[in-house]
Amino acid sequence: MKTLSFHPDDSVHAFITTIPEVTYGDGPLSGVTVAVKDNISTKGIETTCASKILKGYIPPYDAHVVTLLKNAGAAIVGKTNMDEFGMGTTTENSAYGPTLNPLDHQRVPGGSSGGSAAAVAAGLVDCAIGSDTGGSIRCPAAFCGIVGLKPTYGRVSRFGLIAYANSLEQIGPMARDVNTLSNLYSVITGHDSRDATSVDKPYSHTPVSDIKGLKIGVPDEFFGEGVNPKVAEVVRQAIDSLESMGATAVPCTIPSMKYALSAYYVTCTSEASSNLARFDGVRYGPAVGTLKSWHDAYSDQRKAGFGKEVRRRIILGTFSLAAGYYGRYYQKAQTARQMVRDDFERIFRDVDVIAGPTMPDIAFKLGEKSDPLQMYLSDILTVPANLAGVPALSVPCGKVNNMPIGLQLIGRYFEDERIIDTAYAYEQGGA
Amino acid sequence: MEDLETIIGLEIHCQLNTKSKMFCSCSTDFRDNEPNTHTCPVCLGLPGSMPMVNKRAIEFALKVGKALNCTIRDESEFSRKNYFYPDLNKAYQITQYDKPLAEWGKLLIDGDNGEKEVRITRIHLEEDPGRSVHMGTTDRGKYTLVDYNRAGIPLIEIVTEPDLRSPKEARKFLNKLRATLEYLNVFDSEKEGSLRVDANISLKGSERVEVKNISSYKGVEKALTFEVTRQRNLLRRGQTVTRETRHFVEARGVTTSSRSKEEENDYRYFPEPDLLPLRVASWVDAIELPELPDARRERFISQYGVSPEHAKTLTGGLKLAEFYEAVASEDPALAATWTADYLLGELNYRDFSIDAMPADLFRELLTLIKSDTITDKSAVEILRLILDAVKDGKKPERPQEIVSRLGLAKTSGDQVTALIQEVIAEQQAAVNDYYAGKMQALNFLVGQVMKKCRGRADPGHLNTLLKEILDKKV
Repeated sequence: MKTLSFHPDDSVHAFITTIPEVTYGDGPLSGVTVAVKDNISTKGIETTCASKILKGYIPPYDAHVVTLLKNAGAAIVGKTNMDEFGMGTTTENSAYGPTLNPLDHQRVPGGSSGGSAAAVAAGLVDCAIGSDTGGSIRCPAAFCGIVGLKPTYGRVSRFGLIAYANSLEQIGPMARDVNTLSNLYSVITGHDSRDATSVDKPYSHTPVSDIKGLKIGVPDEFFGEGVNPKVAEVVRQAIDSLESMGATAVPCTIPSMKYALSAYYVTCTSEASSNLARFDGVRYGPAVGTLKSWHDAYSDQRKAGFGKEVRRRIILGTFSLAAGYYGRYYQKAQTARQMVRDDFERIFRDVDVIAGPTMPDIAFKLGEKSDPLQMYLSDILTVPANLAGVPALSVPCGKVNNMPIGLQLIGRYFEDERIIDTAYAYEQGGA
Repeated sequence: MEDLETIIGLEIHCQLNTKSKMFCSCSTDFRDNEPNTHTCPVCLGLPGSMPMVNKRAIEFALKVGKALNCTIRDESEFSRKNYFYPDLNKAYQITQYDKPLAEWGKLLIDGDNGEKEVRITRIHLEEDPGRSVHMGTTDRGKYTLVDYNRAGIPLIEIVTEPDLRSPKEARKFLNKLRATLEYLNVFDSEKEGSLRVDANISLKGSERVEVKNISSYKGVEKALTFEVTRQRNLLRRGQTVTRETRHFVEARGVTTSSRSKEEENDYRYFPEPDLLPLRVASWVDAIELPELPDARRERFISQYGVSPEHAKTLTGGLKLAEFYEAVASEDPALAATWTADYLLGELNYRDFSIDAMPADLFRELLTLIKSDTITDKSAVEILRLILDAVKDGKKPERPQEIVSRLGLAKTSGDQVTALIQEVIAEQQAAVNDYYAGKMQALNFLVGQVMKKCRGRADPGHLNTLLKEILDKKV
């Protein structure tokens, strides 16, 4: 085993925990510094999900991806800041304070994997691991000007990922360039019997930049209302340059997009209300010193331990699953979800990848989005891929107001390779 | 009021005796172990852990489904049942809700009015929660400890239609079900807490009451009998039965109203997103069922010539049936009588299971009875000595050794005649009474002879012999 020292100048507050002396072994990622989002279990290293309620929780086991990273020789240097339990789009919802955007400290890095993106963009690490429930890898990748991939659902084991919304989320790689991302990705894929939703589709691909004959679908909805026209313009230029490399762009529509955001928020809050119920003070979290009956003690504990946004989503999800409302909300959301899947399936009969902006706008100013609904609306372009389970990535494609813009590429099930190649072609062609 | 029909349906939770837990590889053999030693991230519900389905548990549940003539769903599904309780580690239980593994079965039982079919609504799989251990008294120093060793033990829940008509019939259903599960080798009825029952009971035309968490077979009949009386009394007084959940207090044999409105749960069921739907209907074809209680009963009648009543008793539990077959060889009828009528009585008296009686010792005892070496009375004495030794944790003596040590061999004919002569000489008054026609005098004389031989003579035989001798003297 070798060791390296890690003492980053973390002026953007990318990390919740750093490891001053890191041991690492041999392997394809030997000595590569990797930051891991703080909702991924690391044996012996505090894992808080940026929540007060998990303060002091030290997992007795490694998440599957962490085991794979260690086996590949990676040096895990720290745990990154995030929106509490992944619930947010800015990394402002952290019990440990916000992460700043390395490109402009007045702005957010995006979220919820904002710490991972900022650590990469600031050059503190070679690459990072994030998780993406509704855009949590792609959004901060876009805002910080790096590459981030949400893999096809099932391709990376979720064992050890502290669940926010199990049916939507995937762990994925983040890096400054496509090759690094690809190398990191090839280490973390593969079947894991401990995750029943895991699929035996290991990724072992070297990106190629030849995209001649590639058919790109460009959905109207990705350039519609709510999308900053300047952002739309930059992304259209990016698609033009892909065409200049031999691809063909064709317009398409995703009519189910109008249900996507509601379906997403109903599903993720429902699952979250159940996932987060275990944090009741009996096993985790600082005791609040109550001597009340256990119902009241639970209530006190959860009020003190969870942040406002988490409590909001738990209440929303509890409501959606309640007897008498299940049919009107949760079940309807699943129907809408199927419509999104059907739309993708139909579009992918004619095109190989779908392209559009990752986010409707550039990184927000800190505190700019105070209305939760306005915040939720900014997820509109990223949630469809999670609802359908298809792979999607964000690759930098230019700037507006000197802030980076992400080109989002969405692929067919298990064709993560193809969107990685497309991103690689863009990256190489643009360079 | 007395003739209002009683309507009972049962929900039975049985722990399956798989080696590992429902969703992880922890051992299920946790009894008599330190609390929280049979646990891992999965059954502790640690953040980030995920359930892995135990195939064995599915096979066991399918076996039960097949034995109870159920239809296996092509696609069944695990769901989460959400509620807060300290021993529920994830604050939800993984169970099955609207898509259970098996549905629409039946079980034949010996009902109140002869053989009857009880319909099975559904069978589903779930995990057992942990266990709360309440310490101290209610009024002071009360606290609760939580043990997660039990968390994740596989359970099946079997739900019946409201087909049972009396507490006794409910008990009979449970006995039959238990025997069936034992024969399938999926369940160990002797493990503490391996079976728990919720019962729904109503009197025709009145509201239904649910009695929760009855943890013994006897408890089910007791709780239901209490409820029938309680509900009848309410109606007799012109009151109505309230629809509610009640708790059975085993120690007092009563049910008490247990849940206030504010504690009522909305379980917010939804499909478990960490598990895929189960498509296991095709596995059923490969499952071979063993001989079940009804078939074994028929075989005991035809193969051993056992009476239908004895056959029913002897096939009522797997171990009992196996015990009988191990001792039946020499004289099946004698073995049946001695197992069903004598041994079971002695076992029940001591709260023992059939395991307490070593089969080879019992076989030896039967040989002594059959060869007329000992009287029935001595045989019972030997049985008791063996079981008492077992109770004291001692190695029981062999029946032959007991016979020699206590001199229990039947007194021989010559010795008996000599003893009779002695008694006739000593009890002249009684002899005269006998000649005067007082038949009680004969019984007295028999008693005196029995006293002299310390009971080692057959009283019937003695009676005849004594009469012969006295009558000859006239």
